[in-house]
Amino acid sequence: MSQKLMTAAEVVAGLRSGMRIGIGGWGSRRKPMALIRALCRSDLTDLDVVSYGGPDVGLLLAAGKVRSLTYGFVSLDSIPLEPHFRAARQAGGLKVAEYDEGMLQWGLYAAACRLPFLPTRAGLGSDVLAVNPGLKTITSPYADGEEFVAVPALHLDAALVHASRADARGNAQFLGPDPYFDDLFCMAAERAYVSCERVVPTAELSAAPVQTVRIQRWMVAGVVEAPHGAHFTSCDPDYGRDEEFQREYAVAAGDMAAWERFRARYLDQDEAGYQAAVAARRAQGAR
Amino acid sequence: MTGQEPDRGILATGTPPTRAEVCAVACAEAWRGDGEILASPIGVIPSIGARLARATFAPDLLLTDGEALLAAGTWAIGARPDQIEGWLPYRAIFDLIYNGQRHAMMVPSQIDRYGNVNISAIGEFARPKAALLGVRGAPGNTVNHPVSYWVPRHTPRAFVPAVDMVSGVGYDRAAASGPSAQRYHELRRVVSSLGVFDFATPDHRMRLVSVHPGVSAAEVAAATGFDLMVPERVPQTRLPSAAELDLIRTVIDPDGARNAEVPA
Repeated sequence: MSQKLMTAAEVVAGLRSGMRIGIGGWGSRRKPMALIRALCRSDLTDLDVVSYGGPDVGLLLAAGKVRSLTYGFVSLDSIPLEPHFRAARQAGGLKVAEYDEGMLQWGLYAAACRLPFLPTRAGLGSDVLAVNPGLKTITSPYADGEEFVAVPALHLDAALVHASRADARGNAQFLGPDPYFDDLFCMAAERAYVSCERVVPTAELSAAPVQTVRIQRWMVAGVVEAPHGAHFTSCDPDYGRDEEFQREYAVAAGDMAAWERFRARYLDQDEAGYQAAVAARRAQGAR
Repeated sequence: MTGQEPDRGILATGTPPTRAEVCAVACAEAWRGDGEILASPIGVIPSIGARLARATFAPDLLLTDGEALLAAGTWAIGARPDQIEGWLPYRAIFDLIYNGQRHAMMVPSQIDRYGNVNISAIGEFARPKAALLGVRGAPGNTVNHPVSYWVPRHTPRAFVPAVDMVSGVGYDRAAASGPSAQRYHELRRVVSSLGVFDFATPDHRMRLVSVHPGVSAAEVAAATGFDLMVPERVPQTRLPSAAELDLIRTVIDPDGARNAEVPA
């Protein structure tokens, strides 16, 4: 029986520079931040990132890991604009494919279904077609003869997602209200890696309704236990977004010296060191 | 021309309606007659408007909690609804969008005379002066179901001759793109801090429908960066009824979040 438990470092060791990496979650919600932090510490570079973007994209941009980015938005939700994304876009040079949110889903779904494209109305008439000159349209072969955008499949070399619970074989469970598109990211990828709040025996997955086990082991290459691994994004019901920490992140990102301090305090160390620094910050605030 | 005088009867019942309250009711009016569809308000004033519409003249509307749940009843801004009537994760919202049973009210950074809107980038796309959110669902929304807009600060920087990046599709762009883009394209109304607008003109140029109390048509025109169609007589935006004011002030927005979006 395949054993898929591994560390975040082992996940990163399986990735290569230049790969196209899909990241699950949505905005500043249930992002695989522990895996992203491990990626930021690695020597990987030139990544092609696909994401409903939040601070995952921000951290990777700040660490200089991103060559190109496919997204529908990049936002911190309670703080609408992601500061590192803004800075990178405004500096120029970042290769981007900005899609309608539904087009992004279609691209992942096409890849998951091993189709070259899927048709949609989304994008017609908008500048999404102008800024993505590679996008083509297709005419319906049926009597309606309508024209649609043919969203190309977004094949991923790897997908990174964060779940509430998983077993050691890769069955993963979402206990929050929205699975987002994590299963599509996994199915669109050559190899999918799931971090989770807690690894549990398979029998414990039935403690919640079985339809919460959205990701099945055939989709998954590796499982990482990463408690608080979505911090500072939300991971309901285990914890909500750490709004105070997110504010500190956003403020620091706006100033080079402040960002250096933020990085030294939280990011220039392993995951245990990060979580300890976050706990220390919280204890300080409580005083 | 600012239309008729305020209704004295309403004003006699309590504090006069604020601009924010007039705007909330003008947003609510966007969903009048929509029936059993999902109302998707973005921002505080549209959220107040949607909840007010359902609590009064549009009882069949569906509303989400802003996350993945459909909520019944009427609840306050910043609070959690106490009745849940369904599950609507993002994936199901996309399906619903393609099915057309939705009327969203979004907040553009720029809007032009044909209702093209920009929420993506100010300046050149390749190297924007200001990178915004990204197009989000605006391209798909505008060609799949009715869309309205809320502009909290009506200025020539928001109402522009041409938007920098067409994220939400306007009437001219839908027409130029062809029947597939036009088939379900419909922009209902624009509510701003100064007035209410629609596109009910022969070539779908934006038209001034009403001005909020205390605002003149000339002021609106001066704050608009393109030639707005201004009819000879411009009525005043309808005032909230006493019952609506009571709902807004005591049930939907008791903490006054509306005043941060539209200062008195």
